[in-house]
Amino acid sequence: MTPDKAEDEGNEDVEMVEIFVMGKRYRVPKGLTIMTALEYAGYKFTRGCGCRGGFCGACSTVFRTEDEYKLKMDLACQTAVEDGMFLVQLPFMPAVRAMYDIEEVEPEEHDNILLDHYPEIARCVSCNTCTKACPQDIEVMDYVQAALRGDVERCADLSFDCIQCGLCSIRCPADIKHYHMAQMARRITGRYIHEHSDELEKRVQEIKNGEYDETMKEMVEMEIDKLKKTYEERDIREEG
Amino acid sequence: MKLKKLTRDIDFMDKVEELSGQSLNSCIRCGTCAAGCPFVEDMEILPERVFKYITLGEFEKVLEHNTMWICAACYTCSVRCPRDIDIAKIMEAVRQVILRANIDMVDVDEVDNIEELPQLAVVGCFRKETG
Amino acid sequence: MKGHLYYPGCTMKTKASDYETSAMKVMEKLGQPLVEMEDWYCCGAVQSLTEDDIMHQIAPIRTMCCAQEQGEDEVVTLCDMCYNVLRQANDRMKDKEDDLETMNEFLDEDPDYEGGVEVYHLFHILKGMEDEIKDAVEMPLDDLVVAPYYGCMLLRPDNVAVDETEDPEIMEDMLELLGVKVLENPKRTECCGSYHTVNRSDIVEKRVEDIVSYAVEEGAEAIVLSCPLCQFNLDFHQRATDFDVPIFYITELMALAFGLDIDMKNHKIDPRSLLKEKGILE
Repeated sequence: MTPDKAEDEGNEDVEMVEIFVMGKRYRVPKGLTIMTALEYAGYKFTRGCGCRGGFCGACSTVFRTEDEYKLKMDLACQTAVEDGMFLVQLPFMPAVRAMYDIEEVEPEEHDNILLDHYPEIARCVSCNTCTKACPQDIEVMDYVQAALRGDVERCADLSFDCIQCGLCSIRCPADIKHYHMAQMARRITGRYIHEHSDELEKRVQEIKNGEYDETMKEMVEMEIDKLKKTYEERDIREEG
Repeated sequence: MKLKKLTRDIDFMDKVEELSGQSLNSCIRCGTCAAGCPFVEDMEILPERVFKYITLGEFEKVLEHNTMWICAACYTCSVRCPRDIDIAKIMEAVRQVILRANIDMVDVDEVDNIEELPQLAVVGCFRKETG
Repeated sequence: MKGHLYYPGCTMKTKASDYETSAMKVMEKLGQPLVEMEDWYCCGAVQSLTEDDIMHQIAPIRTMCCAQEQGEDEVVTLCDMCYNVLRQANDRMKDKEDDLETMNEFLDEDPDYEGGVEVYHLFHILKGMEDEIKDAVEMPLDDLVVAPYYGCMLLRPDNVAVDETEDPEIMEDMLELLGVKVLENPKRTECCGSYHTVNRSDIVEKRVEDIVSYAVEEGAEAIVLSCPLCQFNLDFHQRATDFDVPIFYITELMALAFGLDIDMKNHKIDPRSLLKEKGILE
């Protein structure tokens, strides 16, 4: 299939590619992302679209290209269209979360809190399908293994960039809900394992007490040039 | 429904022999396997009876009993069989025929006190009893 | 690398940490430290026995690839079940070239697994070290009477056995070097119930009653083994019996004989009272 050159606005030659959205054929300009290509084709997103910046995980897309047998998964807003792309969007990944109250969970009382809430992680066969699906290049299989070992902190560390798109869980043969389990690991690590910052608590209290209200008001009302100047001349104190 | 499909559509002897790589007809019913099996008291029918039912084409009788789920894959039978049949593999094949029909024997969410258990036990149990 | 490339397995980091910490100290003392692999994956605990199953061999072979990548040609495990699975999976890939090819294509690792890594259990290593062990003993445990317990995974199937399947002696030999009085344990190669502890603990309780009662009848004050699941079953499920026999990992006894300090914090039946009675602990 060879792409046509078509005339677009301003009489410029634009290279077009052919894509198939849920089986229906469209011609879209090469260089668009899947998301903008779908909009070019006339679709309006009412779900499965969010930040458009690769950060919210809403636009999970599953696709195949004509010349490759592999089933691929990625974010629509971050992936360029290719000629012969067959795609479908997944507005939602069904995965029930374990119920827990982060304030009431007692990690010290647990030998393996992640296994307790997500017992299916014991079914992991290390096939790596999850890692291959991840648009954020996270080592998903490795964090599941860390969780199975009881290493909550390492699970949290490895899964830090997760945007909850759900692509990892779609083809998992063990039916694991990776991203929910990892979120629990991160919440526990942040709440119970990492050291608390007293300075942060103090600062938050100062803000609540209104100590910064006036300065904030001043900044908000400042002219942009003066704001820039103020920033450049700010007082940076050394640590210690 | 699934169990009915299991007994109606498939030739079990072929399937079990294919998955296990063992010949069920080699069994001479000597009972050495049952004699060495530490779990035989909890089995509703003996291993050799399971094989007999399969060779006779009566897999539904196998499905009605718990033998393959009581087996712990300890390999004692396999090392002692005078006919060199790898009985553990046959038991595994019987389990797999059932599990692959999308029938799980344990619900992962129903395990009591999962944290008290060593991972070895949990992983092993899920491997042998879920598909 | 001085020492041995060591594959822990998941349980070693939680419930069986006593085994790992004592083994690390013992092997350090013997001059052959255990060095944990940089990357490793849960072995799966039980070997998948169907002819067509490649999927459940993935995890063990990934671990072999990791060893290969580290430039090592052997991996040592402490856990009997890990030994059994890694060994069976590795042997299978070495025997069946087609399976190995399919596996390598799926794994997409670079380079492919070439089948050049061997899997050993701690006992394989200790077997050749009688002199070193004897030299390291500072306090012979000669007042202690123990029954060795092998379980299944070290001895079966035949091709992975670390010693004679029906009549092993390897643990007895090692224990005698520590000065311990070793009994004949008639049930030493009978299965403890294994993973049935998850949802058929009644079966495990029967097995534990059987195994422990025979050992006690022979005069055992403690049982010694090398498998974390056996240790859990015999230790935890003894509460369903009238017995109170401590269950030791062999490296715990070795550490005590070598005069090393160990925690023993995961035992359900506290071994300290027995050890104090024997003058092994103060």
